Amino acid sequence: MRQQTAIAAKVFIQRDYTNGTVCQFQTKFPSELETRIEKQQFEETVRTLNNLYAEAEKLGSQSYIEGCLACLTAYTIFLCMETHYEKVLKKIAKYIQEQNDKIYAPRGLLLTDPIERGLRVIEVTIFEDRSLTR
Amino acid sequence: MKNCDYQQIEPQALPTPTPIPPPHHGDSSDKRDEPRRPRRKWEVFPGKNRFYCDGRIMMARQSGVLPLTLALILVTTGLFFIFDCPFLVKHLTSCIPVIGGVLFGFVIITLLQTSFTDPGILPRATPDEAADIEKQIDNTGNACYRPPPRTKEVVINQQVVKLKYCFTCKMFRPPRTSHCSLCDNCVERFDHHCPWVGNCVGKRNYRFFYTFIVSLSFLTAFIFGCVTTHLALRAQDGKGLVFALQESPGSAVELVICFFSVWSILGLSGFHTYLVSSNRTTNEDIKGSWSGKTGDVTNPYSHGNILINCCSVLCGPMPPSLINRRGFLPADESAQTAGMDIELQTLATKSEINVCTQGTKDLLESATLSLLLSTSCPQGKPQTAQTCLDNSSTVNSDPSPELSTSCGARHTTNSTGDTSSPHHTKTRSKKSKQATVHIHNPAFDVHASPTSSDTGPSSKARDHKGARFTTLH
Repeated sequence: MRQQTAIAAKVFIQRDYTNGTVCQFQTKFPSELETRIEKQQFEETVRTLNNLYAEAEKLGSQSYIEGCLACLTAYTIFLCMETHYEKVLKKIAKYIQEQNDKIYAPRGLLLTDPIERGLRVIEVTIFEDRSLTR
Repeated sequence: MKNCDYQQIEPQALPTPTPIPPPHHGDSSDKRDEPRRPRRKWEVFPGKNRFYCDGRIMMARQSGVLPLTLALILVTTGLFFIFDCPFLVKHLTSCIPVIGGVLFGFVIITLLQTSFTDPGILPRATPDEAADIEKQIDNTGNACYRPPPRTKEVVINQQVVKLKYCFTCKMFRPPRTSHCSLCDNCVERFDHHCPWVGNCVGKRNYRFFYTFIVSLSFLTAFIFGCVTTHLALRAQDGKGLVFALQESPGSAVELVICFFSVWSILGLSGFHTYLVSSNRTTNEDIKGSWSGKTGDVTNPYSHGNILINCCSVLCGPMPPSLINRRGFLPADESAQTAGMDIELQTLATKSEINVCTQGTKDLLESATLSLLLSTSCPQGKPQTAQTCLDNSSTVNSDPSPELSTSCGARHTTNSTGDTSSPHHTKTRSKKSKQATVHIHNPAFDVHASPTSSDTGPSSKARDHKGARFTTLH
């Protein structure tokens, strides 16, 4: 667990199931991050992620068309086509990368893409202050 | 500090597993020192799955009766094309083999997709996550050797839903997720474990499964109809049925197979159509989670409209696989990979598995006897600590021949009912015979001591099916 830069702690933002099984994360601001980042900024990040996941799982005409077409072809199109969900996941990965570069890394934090944790948690790694140049 | 039972693992000891006596403290830095080639994640996947084609194809470790399913379908359809189609094309229409071919194609493709697709397996919690959750749970009390029953309640659409803690995967299971003991994985929107397809049916492959059984019922009914027509036409002019059968012996075989399977498969399709339209899983239906028996409960996941329910289940967006089978392991990844777990003889504890399964042997027997679907899914809700060996577990489990097949059709929940039944899992002889010993991944081992008079989970912890290496078959 001890890697090159010293990790002070890890905070896990758990899933929020109040709307069912759709992928949403709790927007509650964890106390460990109080000294590192502004509450609003963090909540904004989580809210954007939630919106992106909601977009991925949205039941709309596009997903129905995709689903029906897939059914008619005995789902073989999944072998050759990238699904809507996968496209949004790529968008999410890019967004997280961007957030890390612009906002979190300068504050000694690192967001891990939830897909790498099975969409269970958003893992926020807090690095020790010493390793930063402030 | 909690008393975690870590074990020091010697890499040399790995190929020759021996039962390791009392675990002792150690650190979790048991690296496997094989820095030769980068390994893919499927190679160290902790569940009981098999991977082929370098991780592209996955199945449950026990293939169940998938070969039988395939054989039945291939043989029946083959006989149909050989014996019945020529006659029917001549006497009726040439559309018949075309329709048969299309249905057959659908059946085989969807069957293979159901079997080979990741059903929605949730990867196990990383050690950091597990520790974080433990910390949160412990905050509510002193958990020394006997962790309290771990459940968390959430309110979903004004309905209280209990989330259980999975001792194997070290996390609170999301709603509708269940841990399959045969595959040793938590599966999202777990429906059931189907031996006929040799895999769990869950969120990602439910639509394949549904299409499979619907197209199979069409195919079976179609072949049955065609064979009947064929024999009827041949038996015309006073020649008699016996004469017709003599001329086309293959048709007799088809007739028997189709006659016995059409009812069960049609029944199963009907049942699953009901489930789809009400947005339930077999698991929930069998448990009676939303049936209102225990008060005013409604299904919080239903959209209220049959059409929307059907669309969301069958035509909704296809969720991605969460386990990233083909990803490469980071070079320094140790904690998650360097373990084997000690598989105690007490494999019987399949607590909290909502699995309709049965061993291959029983299935074959029941398949030959009757392909009627009886029950399914014995509920694994073991309030009783299950330390019994698997053999005794099979004795415990309902001996009635009804409890056979799976792919649960009816819900004749066995006599044990669905609440705190003394267990069930008719998990099989195969498992009990495994005397494999795997050293548990220390990082995962928040070891519950054998004293578990509480609910299943702790008895499950005893089992530990933690990180376990499935060798490539």
